[in-house]
Amino acid sequence: MIKYLLVFVAIIGIGYIFLPFVMEFSTPTKLNPLATSYVQGSVNELNMPNVVTAIVVTYRGLDTLGEVTVLFLATAGVGFLLKRKHDMVNHRRKCSEILCTGASLLTPLIVLFGVYIFAHGHLSPGGGFQGGVVIASGFLLLVMANISFHFSHNLIHFSESISGFIYVLLGLAGLVLLGANSFLDPRYLPAGKWLDIVSTGAVPIIYSIIGIKGGSELCSVIDSLQHGGTEL
Amino acid sequence: MMVLICGLLLMLIGIWAMLIKKNIIRIIIGFSILDTGTHLVIVAIGYVKHATAPIVDKAVNISQNAEGGIQVLGKVVDPVPSALVLTAIVIGLAVTALLLSFAVRLYKVGNSLNINDYEELKW
Amino acid sequence: MPEIFALILLIVISLGAAVYAVFTKKTITALIASGIISLSASIIYLLMAAPDVAMTEATIGAGLTTVVFLYAMKHVKGGEDD
Repeated sequence: MIKYLLVFVAIIGIGYIFLPFVMEFSTPTKLNPLATSYVQGSVNELNMPNVVTAIVVTYRGLDTLGEVTVLFLATAGVGFLLKRKHDMVNHRRKCSEILCTGASLLTPLIVLFGVYIFAHGHLSPGGGFQGGVVIASGFLLLVMANISFHFSHNLIHFSESISGFIYVLLGLAGLVLLGANSFLDPRYLPAGKWLDIVSTGAVPIIYSIIGIKGGSELCSVIDSLQHGGTEL
Repeated sequence: MMVLICGLLLMLIGIWAMLIKKNIIRIIIGFSILDTGTHLVIVAIGYVKHATAPIVDKAVNISQNAEGGIQVLGKVVDPVPSALVLTAIVIGLAVTALLLSFAVRLYKVGNSLNINDYEELKW
Repeated sequence: MPEIFALILLIVISLGAAVYAVFTKKTITALIASGIISLSASIIYLLMAAPDVAMTEATIGAGLTTVVFLYAMKHVKGGEDD
């Protein structure tokens, strides 16, 4: 009983901390100067319609690099905690004809849709993280349909490490080609035409690399969680 | 404004679920509710009244200024909170998977998910 | 004006699902309720003019998080409801 009372007091206290924030908040009617300069810079300097992509890849690119590192560490932790057995016998039922055919017909289309999303990330809503997640859900469909399909773990780990390496190399290319203060600056490739798929410098390449990296990390998480935990 | 209050209430409900529940899986579900509430609060701070999405296309008014650059006249939403929340959601999934793998490992060792059965850290 | 009504409806749904996720006895219903919270939050993001975030939340929050929870609950069979 005393525990419920203490929880109640804690919730009331946290709500009281939030109260002045709610009281003083009013929805702004115009953009603040920092966001205005980001919008103008994205349109004029980088030639990119999607401002969110401009911030994620270019202006706050170092944040994204750190985020990819955190994702890699969490995936490594999951793989370390749930080691998989090597002589794993498959107890599950074989898939039926309709499920097998449907899943193997749909998976390439889902992967193609994921590639479309991250290749058009600089023009329309979407980008590397969303495309990677769509690719991982295609892989999930194969795993859940239980098709006898051997996804190579070496391939997942190889694409994971090589895409992280290429991401850092593309950032360093900006530092080498454009001089100081330009780590992850994509303007060493030509800016191209407005609303063209090959435009805005190196942004499509960087976002595709982020997409491949995120997709392979999430595939690895799903694979560990599906098989794991059977041995100590 | 409504979305801000909704996000704060979701945060409070998430903290309440984390404090009151004994099962570890239920605590992790409370953590995921807290995560969603925080993202709603951050997006609500960046909203501008009657504005469109931060993608400069035909729906947004633009004009040429004197130096030949493009001046954006139409109202767009603040793009910085969107970018922050975009990365925070992906990290949230990875952290949730890590928490769940700890829970699975704990169940293999102690054969229980009730948090009162683990007394090694009590004094 | 219809956007305001849709927003109020989504907020009521998400708050109700959150309270239900705390009070229900079975873990799997709590999990489905948390998926409903994520799905309605993604439509709220779309109404708040943040389509990138809406896309991410719909695929990750409502799709992959639920599946990850289900896989973890497969490994702890027998202990998830105490």
